[in-house]
Amino acid sequence: MHMRQLLLATAAVAGLAGAAQAENVLKWGANRDIGSLDPYSYGDSFTINVLNHVYEGLVRYNKDLKIEPALAESWEILDDQVTWRFALRKGVTFHDGAPFTADDVVASLERVSDETSPLKGNLPAYVSSRAVDDYTVDITLNGTYPLLLNDLTNIHIFDKEWMTAHDALKPTDIGAGVEGYATYNANGTGPFSVESRQPDAKTVFVKNPNWWDTPQHNLDRIELLPVTSAATRVAALLSGEINFTNDAPVQDLPRLAAAPNVSVLEGVDLRTVMIGFPFRDKLSTGADNPFTDVKVREALYKAIDLDLIHKKVMRGKSRIAGATVAPPIPGYVPALDELPGFDPEAAKALLAEAGVPEGLSFEFSCISDGLVNEEQFCQAIASMWSRVGLAPKLDVAPRAVQSPKRTNGKTDVYILGWATLPMLDAYSPLLQIFHTKEGNAGVFNWGGWSFPELDRLIDAAGSELDLDKRLALETEALGIVKKEHIMLPLHQQPMAWAVTDEVTTMPLFPDNKPRLWFAQVAPGS
Amino acid sequence: MAEPETKMEKLAPPPQTVTHAPALPARFRRLAQLRDSDLWFSFRTHPSAVFAAALLALVALTAFLAPLITPQNPYDLASLELWNSEIPPIWNAEGQWPYLLGTDTQGRDILSAILYGSRISLIIGFASVLLALSVGLALGLVAGYFGGWIDNVIMRLGDVLLSMPFILIAILITAIAAASLPAGLKDVLAAPILIFAIAVPSWVQYARTVRASAMVEARKEYVQAARLIRVKAWRIMLHHILPNCMTPIMVAATLNFGLAILSEATLSFLGVGMPPDQPSLGTLIRIGNQYLFSGLWWIVVFPSIQLCLIVLSVNMIGDWLRDALNPKLR
Amino acid sequence: MIAFLLKRATNAAFVMLAVALLAFVIFRFFGDPVEMMVNEQATQADRAELRERLGLNDGLITQYGRFVTHAVQGDFGISYRNQQDVMVLIKERFPATFELVLVATVISLVVGIPLGVITAVYRNSRLANALQLGSIVGVSLPSFVVGILLILGFSVTLGWLPGFGRGETVDIGWWSTGFLTPSGRAALILPSISLSTFQVTLVMRLVRAEMLETLRADYIKFARARGVPTARVQWRHALRNCLMPVITLTGMQIGNLIAFALVTETVFQWPGMGMLFIQAVTFVDIPVMAAYLMIVSFIFVALNTLVDITYAWVDPRLRDDTARTGGGNG
Repeated sequence: MHMRQLLLATAAVAGLAGAAQAENVLKWGANRDIGSLDPYSYGDSFTINVLNHVYEGLVRYNKDLKIEPALAESWEILDDQVTWRFALRKGVTFHDGAPFTADDVVASLERVSDETSPLKGNLPAYVSSRAVDDYTVDITLNGTYPLLLNDLTNIHIFDKEWMTAHDALKPTDIGAGVEGYATYNANGTGPFSVESRQPDAKTVFVKNPNWWDTPQHNLDRIELLPVTSAATRVAALLSGEINFTNDAPVQDLPRLAAAPNVSVLEGVDLRTVMIGFPFRDKLSTGADNPFTDVKVREALYKAIDLDLIHKKVMRGKSRIAGATVAPPIPGYVPALDELPGFDPEAAKALLAEAGVPEGLSFEFSCISDGLVNEEQFCQAIASMWSRVGLAPKLDVAPRAVQSPKRTNGKTDVYILGWATLPMLDAYSPLLQIFHTKEGNAGVFNWGGWSFPELDRLIDAAGSELDLDKRLALETEALGIVKKEHIMLPLHQQPMAWAVTDEVTTMPLFPDNKPRLWFAQVAPGS
Repeated sequence: MAEPETKMEKLAPPPQTVTHAPALPARFRRLAQLRDSDLWFSFRTHPSAVFAAALLALVALTAFLAPLITPQNPYDLASLELWNSEIPPIWNAEGQWPYLLGTDTQGRDILSAILYGSRISLIIGFASVLLALSVGLALGLVAGYFGGWIDNVIMRLGDVLLSMPFILIAILITAIAAASLPAGLKDVLAAPILIFAIAVPSWVQYARTVRASAMVEARKEYVQAARLIRVKAWRIMLHHILPNCMTPIMVAATLNFGLAILSEATLSFLGVGMPPDQPSLGTLIRIGNQYLFSGLWWIVVFPSIQLCLIVLSVNMIGDWLRDALNPKLR
Repeated sequence: MIAFLLKRATNAAFVMLAVALLAFVIFRFFGDPVEMMVNEQATQADRAELRERLGLNDGLITQYGRFVTHAVQGDFGISYRNQQDVMVLIKERFPATFELVLVATVISLVVGIPLGVITAVYRNSRLANALQLGSIVGVSLPSFVVGILLILGFSVTLGWLPGFGRGETVDIGWWSTGFLTPSGRAALILPSISLSTFQVTLVMRLVRAEMLETLRADYIKFARARGVPTARVQWRHALRNCLMPVITLTGMQIGNLIAFALVTETVFQWPGMGMLFIQAVTFVDIPVMAAYLMIVSFIFVALNTLVDITYAWVDPRLRDDTARTGGGNG
């Protein structure tokens, strides 16, 4: 007893001494908070990205966004073509010291593909898994499937004992009236562990000294500070209260770049911003729905001055898009990127031809905390549409308010941004957006369209193991999407990060995902 | 204080006695007091009150004539031209006619938006005071005159409302309305919802004032007499009791008008008020706040100045009115 | 006295029950809790089961009873957004708001009282008039505009003070305080000034009015006649007499300040209860909204009751006065 108290006291003193030492701290001002510490309880890219610092997958993307081994060292497809065998890395431990074994992988895969998991769509082909021995796992799929590794990059591995001990084997279910342990506690294998979390205020990550990989970062702590107001974020960066933000407002980039202690990192995101249409019989106003007619969709496209939006709203930082996926994504070909050409007169003629009544009113749904300058380009588009004789009703609200309406098919025209994450392949939007809604397919097909020819191509691509053949099928499918104007691509949005001079290394990735295990700060900051 | 005698003669009603039909004297006396030359004199000799009134008149006039004098209708989406966005004020080298105060990021003329926005702010402020006033007076009269369980119910309701902070009730009402209305109705109903949300917590103050004086008056002889000769209850309330408490009510209503405009602006600033396609002053400030550091200061500064000027002039008038009507401070 | 205490307590309990009813109605009827909780793939059977498990099929009276019982025990359910116990969330945020309100209250007293005395004592002097005008400007400036200007001036342009967040905090048990670190204290300055602007003018005006009245009182005249130095009379005797109403006002305004802090917290990204509430509003997180409403109202009602009781204890004549008004409209 005495001994233990003494030890605790020593530890406390040591802790104090440690705190007195200069620490390398990255103060990350994000535009929003993560939803939870449980990556499986909240189907949201940002939450998953942040938690990737704590939890890891069997494989991961390297600096060039190529897949490399992480918790698995190697893999092979067995003779039946549907079972994949993974050899796991040995000597890896979780943050609480427990060893990493095959049981943990099986339990994690079961958890993420549970009926109640919001992330089960991220592992669409999964059927079952089995621990062959302590360091070998077999994963069985529902058919030949080329993209399992891409999916696994973001399937995080939990410790089975930890989950069992804390009754967290299932994804959090608030319906049961109890909060999940994993919502506010975390125990992964990643380069950082969670020190404390205060939702919407501050989440602190500290360096994991026992990480299996050689750290390329020099951080001791990461403080994630959600600063929702863009103006405040800029102020905080200028005054040094934060030294990194992954969302510098595009309108403030000149000012940030001019500041002596701030550098701006800019690029074009892989995220393509698109307009979607309803395909049901009636609009929310009760009027007949004209958007099922491809002529009407084309007319709305021709009425939008993409160039003006690019120049004014996006301040020349976006990339105007004609294709529904960005150029670096496999499946893209330049022919898909042809632009419709801004022509309000042709738009009016098409609308007249399709018999759309003058002053047709419909709801135009945008998200206030969504894409880069979404509220602004939505207003601009609404204004352009009203000039060809339509009467869009702009409905701007936070994501949490709009999402249920969208998933229940209660919106008319809407905006959607798709970055093909985490798959980084054209198959992602094809399966999740453009495929008819059934099973794991078409989860984001909010308009409720169905094009049998398109479905056939997507299904064929989904079981084609030959890369070239698969990409050809995907390109053909994207061609149908374009010809039918199922969704209207606007642009790939700009991404802008900013750091103060305390941060010496911060690699920017085209998927707009901070990977702070590559970041370096000036010692002592 | 010297009183202009001649004016008094003209305005003052002929001398009357209480033996007359009771309806008339009280009403006339009160009306006369409202137009009291004393009050008018006080107004004329208070430069700040005159200044505030002139300012308010100017703001109101330009706001209501906005459709006639502004170069643009900022609520008509088709009239916004993105090419003309972010033009600085006219005195700046890059300024452009007719955008006197510049344009915002959508090409909305700031001056037009301010005038239209002031109109919305003034209407919402005025309508909410009017609504609170009519509900408060009616309930206060009823409670004070009849007493008993009606009084109890009304006053308890008031207690409950006063036990929740003003701003909280208003936010809850607007937030719930926004979450439960379909998008099509949200536009149309945004202003009525705000009027309602601001009026709900503020009627209690009027009701309490009126109730107190109604309770006193209801016991007085002339009211008892009127009852005896079967004058209708509403007549007694309206003609005898109400005029007796107009002074504090007027002061409160004026000050609450300023408060209502501030509340509307605050709600819109917090994002639960007027939507961005029909902005009030608070909405304009909320939008402009996003560009505070982008060098686009004019988007946030001019609407803020206009808002402060409106509230300031209303408060100055209210302040003067309170002092002028307070016998202790004469 | 005991009868009075009992009456006051019953009153407060009644008001809280009514507030709870309102919170319950919001919780139950706006935004179907089942739709908020299930994910999009849930089947009809899942929904029905959840509905049963949450007790949404019971009679409304039963549900209300359960809501109140749970609320009394501090159980407001689980946040739809953070999936955390609402009470835990609020408890984490309470210290931030409390410290902000505390500092703002201290500022309002330390600045407001002397200004009030000065304007009363040197009535009609140029300084007093300027201060009077300043006080009207003070109540007319929307607090979000004050906040934005403070950030623009002291944080962005001059870089003297932090413009967002709480800085470093130290945990003492479950209470996290910003008082003990330099960055925590610096972070408090701008938000508390912004929050106290309105309050300063309120205190100042009250002190002025009370002082003017007191200075006319006989005992002050006697004191002067006795040859007590003027300054001593003004600052000691007269001021002491005004302090009771000031303390009352301050006590009753704390509830309003807590509510109004939500505007300040939004502008300064201050991680308090108010920001939690505003975020809950934008995300339609009903349990958090309901809990916030109940907790702030509870503080409000408790303070008012406390003030009433103190008053009655000091001045027994007030014990049968039932028409005392509650807090003003912040």
